[in-house]
Amino acid sequence: MSNPESTTKPLQRRKVIQAAAGASLLQLATPFIIPARAADNVKIGLDNPLTGTYAAVGKNELIGCQLAIEQINAKGGINGRQAELLVEDSTSGDAGTAVQKARKLIERDKVDFLLGNVNSSLALAMAQVSAEKGVLHVVPGGHTDAVTGTSCHWNVFRICNTTQMEANAVTPSLIKNAGKKWYFITPDYSFGHTLQSGLEKACKANGGSTIGADLTPLGTTDFSSYLIKAQAAKPDVILFLTQGDDMINALKQAVQFGLDKRFHLAGGQQELEALEGLPPDARIGTWVFEWYWNQPGVPHVAEFVADIKKKTGRVPTARTWFGFASTWTCALAANNAKSLDAVKMAKALQGLKLPPEVALMPDGAFFREGQNQLIPDLYVGHAQAKGISEDDLFKVTEVVKGADIAGTLAETGCKMTWPS
Amino acid sequence: MTQLLLFNVFNGLIVGAFYALMALGLSLILNLSGVINFAHGGFLAIGAYLAYALMPTIGFWGALIVAPFLTALLGLVVERVLIRRLYGRDPLYSLLLTFGLAYILEDGTRYIWGAQSLPFPIPAWLTTPLSSEFFFLTGYRLFMVLLVAIAVGGLFLILNRTRLGIRIRAGTLDLETVSVLGVNIGVLRNLNFGLGIYLAGLAGVLAAGMLGLQPTIGTSLIMPSFVAIIVGGLGSLPGTLLGGLLIGVASGVTTVFFPSATEAVMYVMMGLVLLVRPRGLLGEEGRTQ
Amino acid sequence: MTFGRDKLAWNAVLWIVLLTMPYWMGAIGGYTELASRVVILGLAAMSLNFLLGFTGVLSFGHAAYFGLGAYGAAMSLKFFAPSTALAIVVGIVVGTLAAAAIGALIVKLRGVYFAMVTIAFGQVFYFITFRWNSVTGGDDGVTGWHRAPLRLGFATIDILGNDKAFYYLVLLLFAVAAGIMAMLLRSPLGRTLIAIRENERRARFLGIPVERHIWISFVISGGFAALAGTLYALLSNFTDPRSLHWTLSGNFVIMAVLGGMRSFWGPLIGAAIFVVLQDYVSSHTENWMSFIGLFFVLVVTFFPRGVLGIIKRRVAS
Repeated sequence: MSNPESTTKPLQRRKVIQAAAGASLLQLATPFIIPARAADNVKIGLDNPLTGTYAAVGKNELIGCQLAIEQINAKGGINGRQAELLVEDSTSGDAGTAVQKARKLIERDKVDFLLGNVNSSLALAMAQVSAEKGVLHVVPGGHTDAVTGTSCHWNVFRICNTTQMEANAVTPSLIKNAGKKWYFITPDYSFGHTLQSGLEKACKANGGSTIGADLTPLGTTDFSSYLIKAQAAKPDVILFLTQGDDMINALKQAVQFGLDKRFHLAGGQQELEALEGLPPDARIGTWVFEWYWNQPGVPHVAEFVADIKKKTGRVPTARTWFGFASTWTCALAANNAKSLDAVKMAKALQGLKLPPEVALMPDGAFFREGQNQLIPDLYVGHAQAKGISEDDLFKVTEVVKGADIAGTLAETGCKMTWPS
Repeated sequence: MTQLLLFNVFNGLIVGAFYALMALGLSLILNLSGVINFAHGGFLAIGAYLAYALMPTIGFWGALIVAPFLTALLGLVVERVLIRRLYGRDPLYSLLLTFGLAYILEDGTRYIWGAQSLPFPIPAWLTTPLSSEFFFLTGYRLFMVLLVAIAVGGLFLILNRTRLGIRIRAGTLDLETVSVLGVNIGVLRNLNFGLGIYLAGLAGVLAAGMLGLQPTIGTSLIMPSFVAIIVGGLGSLPGTLLGGLLIGVASGVTTVFFPSATEAVMYVMMGLVLLVRPRGLLGEEGRTQ
Repeated sequence: MTFGRDKLAWNAVLWIVLLTMPYWMGAIGGYTELASRVVILGLAAMSLNFLLGFTGVLSFGHAAYFGLGAYGAAMSLKFFAPSTALAIVVGIVVGTLAAAAIGALIVKLRGVYFAMVTIAFGQVFYFITFRWNSVTGGDDGVTGWHRAPLRLGFATIDILGNDKAFYYLVLLLFAVAAGIMAMLLRSPLGRTLIAIRENERRARFLGIPVERHIWISFVISGGFAALAGTLYALLSNFTDPRSLHWTLSGNFVIMAVLGGMRSFWGPLIGAAIFVVLQDYVSSHTENWMSFIGLFFVLVVTFFPRGVLGIIKRRVAS
């Protein structure tokens, strides 16, 4: 191809490059011989998104977990042993990776606890693995009802609310303040579906009606055609059930269209991460938060906020609290059961009330027996461009007791079977 | 109903214009260099983030002008250092390279600016709708269409009235002859790539005003660009423009009648075009090789 | 391709390594699922390479057939019958039919345009599984099922609880697939494909119906990819639209290139390196995407012939 003389130079260069590559591969290869982990440690495996759409909320959950581990170890650890957090990136949507990492944590790293996932579908997939292997699994922030509902398992616990609970919490305020005719913009996956049906049910029970709904695929960037349709139906309220980036896109565009001046904009779940990503004029609407940092008068909250602010420079979000509470749940389960046996720990968690420095809520929180679902407080309010500080983007108008709106155990569809 | 339809058609043109801007950059690079730039979305994100970083100092308008140029500069460097080596080889390699580059760009923006969505404020007078009747014709979206029109016009001028442009067009048809005629095709490809990336950067700044600014902002926009190019015609820039607009309108109209197919409709269109006229609506003969 | 006895020896070594993988995987920080994953993705990369390395056609949308295989198997187990064998068959059929249909549509295109169109069609299937919620579960994927034990009449093998048993099933199917692929490549059909790869115009002048052969190659390649997909679904007891996404297609291509496109076993080696590397890097840093991206760039720039390509060159010179 090229003349013979010029082949020597590329060959030499190639050899150098190969040598360098070989050396670097060796560097990577040696740590495969995993250094013997301190066999003494109790290991908690976190299998959560660190990249992709859910990277921001996943990161916040991770920070909460890390703070909890520090506190747990300062207080003597789990059953007298130090606790260690093993972190794996489940990616934001690839179930294959999430499941693989879960297996890795359970089989290779022999974790005593599994935490995850932000993505509801991944949480369900991981729950199948943890149930199969009999490992205690706490879901910090995957909301779809099935996790502690129709697909519940004895070893799977959840910190965040079910979508039905969120719906029940926010509906009375919405009907009262905004109106009875609702139009939904729903993300097309299990979380969106269950949140919408939860809201529709609550709406009807409160005398309202659904006049229209649109399912938008995850990752929709342009909501204009859906918004055009929504406003043509002339509802009282347009509910945005989208989350994360979809929420930001949808609200940004809705406000640009001036829809906030003609209709009430609201939704179910809202998160501080989304409000932070919106321009100030788009921080509007009535929502329900699952935890909020600005809770004057509630003990221990200020310390928690200060600790997190020291770590990251920003206030904790509900996601931070999810990670924090999940990790503490593991410690509490083991310490109360005085054992690391999953069945004993799961039994110890039945009906367990979280101590106030973990619950960080006015009425506390407890795990409902037979469902493994944490029943916390919910915070209904509206978004604001600025409150007492730059971080105060949500005005809480009502704190709803989870126990009041959680519905009956039978309604959740959870039929738990314990291993013999 | 007709009002709904009409609104969606107009809105579709606006959305389509944006798709077209993205697709044109991709098409430029594809036509001359035969490289599918998977990293186009990554460059879009870079454009958006650079605008965000520059805004406190030089304001929105300054950022709008400067950020795309900086992105194009990055594009020139990337082309020179990485992509240039691969031209003589199987197109497979440049594909894989841009694929890997896309990963690096996404992760890089996440590393520098964090995964958290960043608020991107645009001048207030742009955000208000022009009339309450045509509420979706916000100042910003019309401004975007205007900008796309200017960019397309500018591109047309460059391609038809400047020497660089004429060489690019000639190169798209027969690169070997152009080289034999004494043109430095290395520089030609480099500048062409830079031009394409400029459009991506510009699209990025515009996108940040409408969408949330986070590292994955560009990744969902790659597919519509592909479809726009395939539908409009491989090798044809006016075709790409047309393709983008068609996709936008088709999506908008579909939302009225069959909302769950809003995104799928562009793939259906693509399938139809491939069946009936494989070279695309305005594509040139023999371009499919 | 004239290694003769050497080749036999290397093949033997490879098979010994594969047969014993579950046992030594743990010692180097791996785990049995990782081994299964390597073999499954290796099969997918090899099926892609049938088209890419041996026919010279650039398909960047093979995840579509892989994913359709996965969905076919998952839905079969969930809705039809708890039979793993049936699931695998259904998955292969679905994937192959899709490959046949798409192949027929695009067989006239070449080069980057062919690649673009394969990507776009891959996304069509991604979209269908994503949106057709009621059937495919949408973004949540197909859940609530698991691989059924193999009932062989004389024995029942529990491939659900026993990861090693599942690995050997995967390896067995892989061996069968690899065997068929090798046979095809050695046959007149295989020779024709290589001829098309080397010089399409000459092949055409020789009277070879090029388009038909490319279509056949496409279908075979898609069929094996679908088999890999069924195994992938069985591995996770789960499948979701991500198994159809074009980024997965890209991963298959890089595996083939990394290992060596012109060699039969190259893609398997490439898959092993890629899967293990990704598993390792993503555990140690959040920025694993940058590393993987950098990896792509380095391989393409400095190792375009892949690992086996370099070794072959060394041996030949």
